[in-house]
Amino acid sequence: MDEPRGFLRRYVFSTDHKVIGIQYILTGLVMGLFGAGLAVLIRLQLGWPEVPKTLLGVWLPNGMPGGIMTPEFYLAVVTMHGTIMVFFFISYVLVSGFGNYLVPLQIGAKDMAFPLLNMLSFWVALLSAVVMLLSFLVEGGAAAAGWTAYPPLSAVASAVPGSALGQSVWLLSMALFIASFTMSGLNIVATVFSLRAPGMSMMRLPLTVWSYFIASILGVLAFPPLTAAAIMLLFDRHLGTSFFLPAGLVIGGTVLPHQGGSPLLWQHLFWFLGHPEVYVLILPALGIAADILPVFTRKPPFGYRWSVYSLIAVGALSMVVWGHHMFVSGMSPFTGEYFSLATLTITVPMAIYGVNMLGSVWGGAVRLTSPMVWSLGVIALFGSGGFGGIYLGNATADMQLHDTYFVVGHFHLMIGGVTMFGMFAGIYYWFPKMFGRLMHEGLGKAHFWATFVPFFMVFFAQHFQGLQGMPRRYYAFSTYEYLREAAAQNGVISMLAIAVVAGQFIFLANFLWSLFRGRVAGEDPWQATTLEWTVPSPPPHGNFVAQPIVRRWPYDYSVDGVSHDYVPQTATASEAAVTS
Amino acid sequence: MTADDSVTRSDSGRWSAEGMALGALFVLVGLLGVAYGARSWFPELASRHGAGIDAMLNYLLVSTGGLFLVGHLVLGLFIWQGSRRQRVSRRSATPRAERRLSVGLGMLMALIAEGGVLAIGIPVWGEYYMSDTPDDAVVIEVTGTQFMWHARYPGPDGQFGRLRPELIDSASNPIGLDADDRRAADDVVWTGEVYAPVDRTILIRLRSTDVIHSFFVPSLRVKQDVVPGMTPDVQFVATREGRFDIACAELCGLGHYRMQGFFNVVTDTEFDRWLREQGS
Repeated sequence: MDEPRGFLRRYVFSTDHKVIGIQYILTGLVMGLFGAGLAVLIRLQLGWPEVPKTLLGVWLPNGMPGGIMTPEFYLAVVTMHGTIMVFFFISYVLVSGFGNYLVPLQIGAKDMAFPLLNMLSFWVALLSAVVMLLSFLVEGGAAAAGWTAYPPLSAVASAVPGSALGQSVWLLSMALFIASFTMSGLNIVATVFSLRAPGMSMMRLPLTVWSYFIASILGVLAFPPLTAAAIMLLFDRHLGTSFFLPAGLVIGGTVLPHQGGSPLLWQHLFWFLGHPEVYVLILPALGIAADILPVFTRKPPFGYRWSVYSLIAVGALSMVVWGHHMFVSGMSPFTGEYFSLATLTITVPMAIYGVNMLGSVWGGAVRLTSPMVWSLGVIALFGSGGFGGIYLGNATADMQLHDTYFVVGHFHLMIGGVTMFGMFAGIYYWFPKMFGRLMHEGLGKAHFWATFVPFFMVFFAQHFQGLQGMPRRYYAFSTYEYLREAAAQNGVISMLAIAVVAGQFIFLANFLWSLFRGRVAGEDPWQATTLEWTVPSPPPHGNFVAQPIVRRWPYDYSVDGVSHDYVPQTATASEAAVTS
Repeated sequence: MTADDSVTRSDSGRWSAEGMALGALFVLVGLLGVAYGARSWFPELASRHGAGIDAMLNYLLVSTGGLFLVGHLVLGLFIWQGSRRQRVSRRSATPRAERRLSVGLGMLMALIAEGGVLAIGIPVWGEYYMSDTPDDAVVIEVTGTQFMWHARYPGPDGQFGRLRPELIDSASNPIGLDADDRRAADDVVWTGEVYAPVDRTILIRLRSTDVIHSFFVPSLRVKQDVVPGMTPDVQFVATREGRFDIACAELCGLGHYRMQGFFNVVTDTEFDRWLREQGS
């Protein structure tokens, strides 16, 4: 492979999967910082609704005149926080970023199957992120109908200020996002199918690659329906169609001319994407954690084969459970009960995977490095948030919990926490491969403690606010008698949430410091076995100088009769067994 | 060995102090989490089917609380023990034992947590959605508009009058009642307050004129989305007199948070008297 010359071709308009992966990761981290800022605004409002935040009033004169947030700005902030965190932070860093960087390296390929398509997918993704951010500047402000954008609220400009131009920009950005994600997902699927090195059978793939493989298949199958739905909603908004609008709507004092549509149709289309999407996000985090555990326990992962089967089963089942977001939507109670039972079956493979992660720690020689403590955090959050899913997947319990803070707490532990902890575990683990230097260990652990403790408390407590019946997406709770106690908890929760955001500056400092000052890593600083650790850090263009031949599975740690306690995947039998 | 030996070496002294701290963190998560969750959290109960929902939630709290506790204790213990080891313990299981353990424990966890869903959840769901409507049921229509709840009673004729969206006027005729319809004459429309009798079946027919709302009465354990174009029914029996908050549980616009109403459960006599007063 010819190495491209010139700064632009090498680092900006690059087709190298490693550069594209890092571009995705950096874009996602910037978006994540922005989304975290929005979270702070939300928590300031919920914690202290009457206190004027004078400084913010100066910076945001429209949204927070005199330092008091307006309800319409609150909804725009909530909507954009959800959208940005789900689609532009976690998806970019964890799924597209690490997916691009790791899959070719770990399967022994020179690059992705379609490098040019890969570059295109990144630039469309960047465009979609920029379009989403610009929506704050349009007339009426950013979209305010929630990240789920249920019509008619999202379809009619007079229903809420954000449903003026802001919602159209949101839909356009989502359509671009899905186009980009489909390109990158197809690429990963094709790469895993066709570019595995000789000897790299499917059952020799690291769990990380398995998780990206399954997540990408899910993305490719589940995302396109929302593109169609987004375009249909744009038609309803601008061209007078009635896909999602029934007859007789009276909004803002006028009778709308629409008739014959169904708002419920949007919910089905949205959640047909939306539910697989949460597995697209969470599977890579589980894959990464399951792969980091063996390195720092020096033993193979517990039940590798059944972990793979579980990933496959979860992927398949995740396509048929979307209706559990709609138990009280008014769809048939029989359909609801089907979705309830289907959802419960998905907990079986997830429970098996959880037991396997726990089993991977059992009896190991635990080395508490930064990637390891973040991976252990993944187990704890998965073992906490996962149980919340049983409440919500159960139609009977969901009647009380639907759209309360129980849901907010649950999905923040899972697609906020498990994914973010998996992502940080991945960054601490592969940073030396990406940039040739190790991150600072002490700061990495300080970052863990500063994040885990308040993060867990915030979202654990929100489950119990939900059990008290506290509805989500409320600007204030002051008038509800039954919520007096739950609302009083908001001050403490807000302080803890702001502490989580503050803790991320430890990471930023560490990231920047380590780029220039971190200890030089060498090829294999963690004494790990997978293929990316057999090449220089950072790997050259084309990754492998010679075609690697894979001779074993990726988890030969502490093998009897071997002098080193690990054997790389490429080692021959004679290289492996040295001692008697 | 690489240049970064010190990063991965099991230096038992340092690791075990850290291992103890981290193990203690997860043990505390388990213990304090269960302690925090152990008190009673639900809003006071005031409906018959709600007892079933509470039983379902309580079953889940106990069963998943137990699994949560055991899981975190085990995780903490493994970390603390493992951080003191220089070498992998001999107790590492064989692939066959691994499969038995992981599949067995996974199934067991699912069974514990979900057995209750089958045993408790489905009957409650069935009772809530599939009960017949008795003859003496009180029928109330509740309409959600941005950002108000309106209750309508059919009046002595027992029939609801016609509604026409073009007649809607937020001040004088919030739901668009058609005065030309004979059946509409005795209809009673009341904004912000619903009155209903205790210990009698209440059938609520829900409507929305604009966006999706969700009729949520926490104390009655009732929540039903109101999608415009659909008229879902909810049926339940209130078991206690009182004035309960109605909240909207589906984002409906900038006034979503103040779309509050009150559900007044009164005695049969009071209910009849109230209805007569409104009709006259």
